[in-house]
Amino acid sequence: MKVSVYRYNPETDNEPYMQEFEIETRQGMMLRDALMAVQDQDESFTFRHSCGEGVCGSDGVNVNGSNKLACITPLSELKEPVEVRPFPGRPVIRDLVVDMSQFYAQYKQVDPWLIRKEPMPEQEILQSPEDRDKLDGLYECIMCGCCSTSCPSFWWNPDKFLGPQALLSACRFLADSRDQAKEERLDNLEGPYKLFRCHTIMNCVEACPKNLNPTKAIGHIKAIMLKDAI
Amino acid sequence: MALEKQRFDTLILGAGGAGLNAALQLANANLKVAVVSKVFPTRSHTVAAQGGVNAALANVLPDNWHWHMFDTVKGSDYLGDQDAIEYMCREAIPTVYELEHNGVPFSRLPNGKIYQRAFGGQSQNFGGDQAARTCAAADRTGHAILHTLYQQNIRAKTHFYDEYFAVELIKDEEGIVLGALVLNIATGEPLLIESKTTLLATGGCGQVFRTTSNAHINTGDGMAMALRAGLPLMDMEFFQFHPTGIAGKGMLITEGVRGEGGYLINKDGERFMEKYAPNAKDLASRDVVARSIVTEVREGRGCGPDADHVMLKVDHLGEDVIAKRLPGIRESSKIFAGVDPVQDPIPVFPTAHYVMGGIPTDRFGRVMPEASDDGDPLPGLYAAGECACASVHGANRLGGNSLLDILVFGRLAGHNIIDYVKQNSAHRPLPDDSVAQAVGRLERWDVKGEGITVSELRKEFRKTMEDHAGVFRVEDMMADGVEKLKAIRDKLKDVRLTDHSATFNTNRTEALELENLIDVGLSIAVSALHRKESRGAHSRPDFPKREDGEWMKHTLYWKESDKLEYKGVRSQPLTVESFPPKERVY
Repeated sequence: MKVSVYRYNPETDNEPYMQEFEIETRQGMMLRDALMAVQDQDESFTFRHSCGEGVCGSDGVNVNGSNKLACITPLSELKEPVEVRPFPGRPVIRDLVVDMSQFYAQYKQVDPWLIRKEPMPEQEILQSPEDRDKLDGLYECIMCGCCSTSCPSFWWNPDKFLGPQALLSACRFLADSRDQAKEERLDNLEGPYKLFRCHTIMNCVEACPKNLNPTKAIGHIKAIMLKDAI
Repeated sequence: MALEKQRFDTLILGAGGAGLNAALQLANANLKVAVVSKVFPTRSHTVAAQGGVNAALANVLPDNWHWHMFDTVKGSDYLGDQDAIEYMCREAIPTVYELEHNGVPFSRLPNGKIYQRAFGGQSQNFGGDQAARTCAAADRTGHAILHTLYQQNIRAKTHFYDEYFAVELIKDEEGIVLGALVLNIATGEPLLIESKTTLLATGGCGQVFRTTSNAHINTGDGMAMALRAGLPLMDMEFFQFHPTGIAGKGMLITEGVRGEGGYLINKDGERFMEKYAPNAKDLASRDVVARSIVTEVREGRGCGPDADHVMLKVDHLGEDVIAKRLPGIRESSKIFAGVDPVQDPIPVFPTAHYVMGGIPTDRFGRVMPEASDDGDPLPGLYAAGECACASVHGANRLGGNSLLDILVFGRLAGHNIIDYVKQNSAHRPLPDDSVAQAVGRLERWDVKGEGITVSELRKEFRKTMEDHAGVFRVEDMMADGVEKLKAIRDKLKDVRLTDHSATFNTNRTEALELENLIDVGLSIAVSALHRKESRGAHSRPDFPKREDGEWMKHTLYWKESDKLEYKGVRSQPLTVESFPPKERVY
């Protein structure tokens, strides 16, 4: 199979280029395996990866125009020629490795930790299974960045719009019956950009390798705000 | 050369559960703490833990820490230190509550308490009925815990060095560790971090084997750094093969699947664990289940065209239970095995999973540099988690005790570091030669020219480990393996990078990792060759019995001349009676 990968080394290249490799495929091969096969042929080819099973979130890439997690993307589902590029809209450090610092900074913006004001009980804080169910579809995020880097609103305003990942995280804490900072969290999302730059384009939903739905989470935050305003 | 320097009270190498739980205690106590991680923290391998964390909360069935302690001692095949095990099982309870308070989204019971499931090797009342001790967040417990700990560390303003690779420990003439040389992966710039205390929390080394549940990053970096600093590794021959990796691939299928009621079958549809463990059946200890699977396959009762695996049957649990309790497993099975467990069984085979051994520590996480039982810890150096050996797992770790180990000992190391820094508030002078040596380890890879590639030697090494230090081990095969591994170690000097760029050079980091893997691999093979008995995960058909008279002792391996020494098991618990060794049946 022919796999074409994006190459750019700031030390030697004036501009990026695509380079084609011929790799041997086998049954059940994932895109990550293909990228490792490329690396076997050319050790200077660089990409991030680790767990190989879709939980660490290291190997998000843009393949044939869509953001995907390489380790859980079967080669058999990809149309040839397979073209692998770094995430769009992020500064490229080298080859497929992009600078995600803005993405992480936006995550930190939403105070992504449980806030309790009451003193802690001796045992666990109780939570009903129904309340716990409200976290499903929110807590599973692996922070791979597939969603935010496929979002046009995030491309235009990565410093002002929090992006789908951070907003999904904001929703995860708003939805947690144990959290006691709802008002501060909502106040923190006020303004024309942070939350409201979402134009429900829904690229994030398409891109999420864990089948989460940030657009729905954003809608949910807006609904809470509206309810609180009335 | 001008080397950039930074100073901290504490340097933590590794950002998995152990490192982050320690960092959180330290940052909450307003210590200046740096966490160095070669990947962004939430990519650490704790994220992949599925089934859960053991603590005798008694939320589902009656339980107490003493029963947990008994199961852990028995599971360890009596090689675990009973003082450390008692400590861990007692501390499990406040540790899990603290995690919950920090925000971990545990699954819940109808009464609002944390959901607990059955796991292998667990019993009520010292070997009685099955217990339910494993606190779970669906089958994504590690993910839930790691993300929560990272989040709390952001709140506590822990200083993170993300994507920095730890190259070497810096020590003075007395052997006291004063920090580490680290490498900024993105820029290729080295950085010297000086610290009053250093915690090694670098995780496991599963990448020494070809087929493994472990991530690409699990290359035993901290263990190898300890070896090169002249410290021993303990009980490295005990490597756990998890019974249920996806056949041919190695991705993990949690023991929680069997805890929820799944079971193993051979090609005849026979529930074969009934033969090997009449009481606990599929929930026997991991070493027992892994050997049973390998035996079924060797005796021709394997499944598939090559009869090389067995099947894990789950469909009888029904779609609701699978969706609620095992959603991640369903996803992984579909992606990697092409089966939906709601309808079809999952093809599984044992996969290299966890090293019981590691850097020897006492129960406070302090590194113990000597073979003697009453020796002193090395001042200021700590280790916790899979890279350490406390020793709570002995010859075989129970499922659900790994998350527990990293969280309990990470937390306690944190507390002990706080006390140490109070009493030792000054930085000690940094010796130039140790720094030069560390820089030399980096510069060695600047040598250009023709040579062996990193990936070539890595392939040869991992295959050798699999062939010569796997599930069943016999003398000749292992002796042959040790010789081959020494030859591979000699070949390291002929390895050359093809890429000498400074920017995000994965060729360089993988070369440094390969050096670590080979050092750790030898510690496993040499320790295994010399233990002439079968105990826990160390299975020798040529010495099929456990020999308590001669071998109830820990192996210590030093890199220098591949030297071995032994020290006794600490069989005396802290407050309760010792559990004397018994035959281990499930």
